[in-house]
Amino acid sequence: MNSRERILGRVRRALADVPPDERPYEEAVPRDYLREHGKRTVEETVELLAENLADYRAIVHRADAEELPLLVMRLLAAHGSQEAVVPPELPPWWTAAADLVRIHDRAADTPQRLDRVGSVVTGCAVAIAETGTVVLDGSPDQGRRRISLVPDHHICVVRVPEQVVASVPQALERLDPTRPLTWISGPSATSDIELDRVEGVHGPRTLEVILLDG
Amino acid sequence: MSSTFVGMPAFPEAARAAVDDPTLRANLRHATHTIRAKRARAVAELADWAGLRAAGRRIKDHTLRHLDRYLEQLEASVTGAGGTVHWAADADEANRIVAGLVKETGESEVVKVKSMATQEIGLNEALEAEGIRAYETDLAELIVQLGKDRPSHILVPAIHRNRGEIRDIFAHEMAAWGRPAPENLTDTPADLAEAARLHLREKFLRAKVGISGANFMVAETGTLVVVESEGNGRMCLTLPETLISVVGIEKIVPTWRDLEVFLQTLPRSATAERMNPYTSTWTGTTDEDGPRAFHLVLLDNGRTDALADRVGRQALRCIRCSACLNVCPVYERAGGHAYGSVYPGPIGAILTPQLRGTASEIDASLPYASSLCGACYEVCPVAIDIPEVLVHLRERVVEGGPAVRRGNKVVLRPARGHAAERAAMRAAAWAFGHPSALRTGQRLASRSRRLHPRALPGPGRAWSGTRDLPAVPAEPFRDWWLRTRGGKDAK
Repeated sequence: MNSRERILGRVRRALADVPPDERPYEEAVPRDYLREHGKRTVEETVELLAENLADYRAIVHRADAEELPLLVMRLLAAHGSQEAVVPPELPPWWTAAADLVRIHDRAADTPQRLDRVGSVVTGCAVAIAETGTVVLDGSPDQGRRRISLVPDHHICVVRVPEQVVASVPQALERLDPTRPLTWISGPSATSDIELDRVEGVHGPRTLEVILLDG
Repeated sequence: MSSTFVGMPAFPEAARAAVDDPTLRANLRHATHTIRAKRARAVAELADWAGLRAAGRRIKDHTLRHLDRYLEQLEASVTGAGGTVHWAADADEANRIVAGLVKETGESEVVKVKSMATQEIGLNEALEAEGIRAYETDLAELIVQLGKDRPSHILVPAIHRNRGEIRDIFAHEMAAWGRPAPENLTDTPADLAEAARLHLREKFLRAKVGISGANFMVAETGTLVVVESEGNGRMCLTLPETLISVVGIEKIVPTWRDLEVFLQTLPRSATAERMNPYTSTWTGTTDEDGPRAFHLVLLDNGRTDALADRVGRQALRCIRCSACLNVCPVYERAGGHAYGSVYPGPIGAILTPQLRGTASEIDASLPYASSLCGACYEVCPVAIDIPEVLVHLRERVVEGGPAVRRGNKVVLRPARGHAAERAAMRAAAWAFGHPSALRTGQRLASRSRRLHPRALPGPGRAWSGTRDLPAVPAEPFRDWWLRTRGGKDAK
């Protein structure tokens, strides 16, 4: 008998007391919880996103389409980045004003090369107001998971209000589980020293989120 | 479980040194009190916490009660998405599988995401014996590994260390493992985190094999979820070419939607955050993004034995948040090492004796490592009634009885050392069944109360060593009731 059969056999013997006609999954799990916490207007939800992102030390900016290229340029310059990684289908106009070398994702092949790049600019799939989270799903405007990880400075553009949801349940509804997802809530942090939170470990130590008004 | 703890003395003996160590007591008190207040605030933000907690309990219960079906569904989903599934009945088999997979890649080092399952099976030691070096990358695990120490907390394995001790460990030990600590390293947490960043970065960038556990596995989609803070998890999950995840079979949830419950309750219970900084989910492999090969090792190692216990199986609902450790008055004073297991605190006291059995001295003593105050049950995000299981396991230790060990039905013998307790309980049962004897005994006790000792003699000494004996009243209650007609007549 192989281990698969052995383990499944043990499980079945352990569950001999479970009646075969037990309530199915749909009835067994009550969903007595909220789809979102509190009623908010669209603008209030965006405000809450900004507030919660900032609470966990992300730097939040707001811009319209006209202001965005200049803002991106300013942020990259302030960080001292001469190079930035960009995913294959990042709208070119986002970085049009910046005077820098754009490292296209595929070219940045080795992790060592990525490690020498100062910044990365990406879009996102969805943002969650209640938790201050942006979620990346590897779409062409977000790129592979590693590009938003190795560079020390991540600029993430969220299209508001259409990419913003209030809650975790609403976010999961929008996301595709077959894609590799990265949920980001503030810059990298740790609570491992005396259970006190400090920001800045292995992931980008600076996370700047631009809320782009559509 | 891991061989690290073989020959541990019973809990009270093991806790003695910890209770006498003022530095350790101060470290634990500071850390647990900090997180306790923060958790309470994070939970209070959600008006529907009780509903989320009930849903979490029901999802896990339902999954456990149909675990065979969900395991097969998960296997099919993971395989369909490009992963390979392995089954490990015990720690040795899991270690053999992982070592074999690493050797197939031709590599002799791996980077690891913090994982309770791999701690439980002693994977690092097993790999070392095969000539493979495993680098822990979680900050607290790094502190434990560099300090040649043992973990003492589920979430923060180095909780017993303060910043000064961590600074010394980094300054002295980092050089032997790779990049040395910066000169003049201070003990501020930001500097310590920076030292870890520099030390580990070269290892992440060159790593070809990553090893992880998982917080959740979704049966319908084959998705694995890792919840973390530092980004070391993302490094290990995305940069290497091969990813091996060792996960306990109880970590399944049926549907993608079920994550909406746990991604709300886990971060708030664990680090008291609305959301932890990073959560990674992956389903098999993705072309050109992340590892090209993904192996999932499904681990039993005693879990099916726990599943066979109708009272004890609720321990398998655990999502390893550590909230029960942080509120426990016993954990706060004794620390994690005294529990003799990678699972300390209240959850460890019910999980370890079920996974390992109650044959050893330490395991038989764990159900007693509690005052039964119930704070652990109150904070548990999946409502595990830890006091109920503790009492159930105490009964098993004292009385013995049927149980399942390594998949086989056995009858446990009553433990030695509880003979006096059993005799006392038998005598009490007899006395309560014979009212006239009880009355005579109570009157005798009342009249002789000046002569009562303050501690019990003989086998009862240990019991009364930490407790005051109850004072016997001058008149038994029943006599008082008869004499005063239930208090209607004055005294």
